[in-house]
Amino acid sequence: MAEKRQIVVPGETIVSGNEFLPGDGAYRDGTDVVAGRYGIANIFEKHVRVVPVSGAYYPRRGNTLIATVVDITFNGWLLDFGGAQNAFLPVSEVPRYVNKNEMAEFLDFGEAVIVKVWDVKSRGVDASMKMRGFGKIEGGMIIAIGPNKVPRVIGREGSMVKMIKGATGCDVTVGQNGKVWIAGKDADMEVATRKIVEFIADNATITGLTEKVESFIKELGLKVEAPVEVVAEDTDVEAEN
Amino acid sequence: MAEGLYKERFDGRTVNEVRPMTAKVGIVPSADGSASFETGGTKAIAVVRGPRTLHPQHMQDGQTGILRVNYGMMPFSVWDRIRPGPNRRSEEIGKVCEWALNSVVDLSGFQNTVVDVFIQIPKADAGTRVAGLNAAAMALAHAGLPMKQMLTAIAVGKADKTLLVDVDKAEEDFHDGEGATDVPLAITSRTKEIALLQLDGKISPAELAESIEMGKKACDDILKVQMEALKNVTGESNE
Repeated sequence: MAEKRQIVVPGETIVSGNEFLPGDGAYRDGTDVVAGRYGIANIFEKHVRVVPVSGAYYPRRGNTLIATVVDITFNGWLLDFGGAQNAFLPVSEVPRYVNKNEMAEFLDFGEAVIVKVWDVKSRGVDASMKMRGFGKIEGGMIIAIGPNKVPRVIGREGSMVKMIKGATGCDVTVGQNGKVWIAGKDADMEVATRKIVEFIADNATITGLTEKVESFIKELGLKVEAPVEVVAEDTDVEAEN
Repeated sequence: MAEGLYKERFDGRTVNEVRPMTAKVGIVPSADGSASFETGGTKAIAVVRGPRTLHPQHMQDGQTGILRVNYGMMPFSVWDRIRPGPNRRSEEIGKVCEWALNSVVDLSGFQNTVVDVFIQIPKADAGTRVAGLNAAAMALAHAGLPMKQMLTAIAVGKADKTLLVDVDKAEEDFHDGEGATDVPLAITSRTKEIALLQLDGKISPAELAESIEMGKKACDDILKVQMEALKNVTGESNE
């Protein structure tokens, strides 16, 4: 039987007992709750989930995506976000009026956008741009870190992103699909930000990451603004999932 | 050991003994899932990519994602060079591995997509398809795909009258007496069902039943190796 917060393998019994409820990535077999995928078993108030630690990105409603335009149809754009299917962004989900004959004027092939996952269907993902913080990406750089590192880059309640923003003054937007958009006033700061984000991604499995990142920021000759409140270190790999 | 011409195994193993195994997970950083599995002189690498949109479109299934397994031996994997590229044997093995793996993965949530599994054999000393299946099961798990359970595979054989677990090439080529028989089988980890059963050679029904039992026992050991590898992954893959 697996302990709390342990890596489980498909088919492995996580806990036994009828009082436990199998959630995401788990299923019931007799009295056992069994892992239905590889990941970290998480038991919270008799609710058993398996949180993936590796593998491809699976979109969920409410996720933020950083994607590129791969096709323009008569009523919207097709976006590639690195998932199994493409996302569809209808003209109606764009914050301003777009003439259907001149859609490329607003978003052309290869251009990058930040969108929200509105719905996940069997045929693909519906995206929306009609909220604050979403829109077309202009300037800055996009780096890929992989979807499984995202929770660490964001940190608990966004603490890690806040720290990076504070240290470099750059705008950092993390998409749940494993892409990060960095934009700042000058290229040097953007490069520094990129280094920090990549440092976090490379050390995503380490505990006590916040302190390590702090000292890494100092190594780069930057200041860590306003001591990050010491909320129990975010060993939580699935925060913000 | 039983009577017969093959009294002692060439490498000194007991009849129930599997060659020393090593397994590793996350060997290919760019893949969604990857693993390697080695037993003695046989090594298999498995890489999983996907789920991704399946092209050509007419192959897509609107109800479920599909699994596509590609098996191949590297040109240098055996003593005389193997001509690279697909051939009758590799196509067939890819297909039977696909059927075996299909019994444990559940792609019903990924309509119109494909999950590609690439199995490559850099070193071959018999039992490549079972080593490939062991690696592929780990790679699929590593790819985070929904799986009801794991899959373990082993080749049980017979040299003359002696049943042997995990035959190597020398035993597979045993010519004296009744000759050699090869029974590759794959067992699901939880329900202990047979996901793959092939037979090459001659064997009596009683002996076949016994070899399946021997294989099931060996699979328990293999499962331990697979689980150990999956639980001790350091540094995740994915770019």
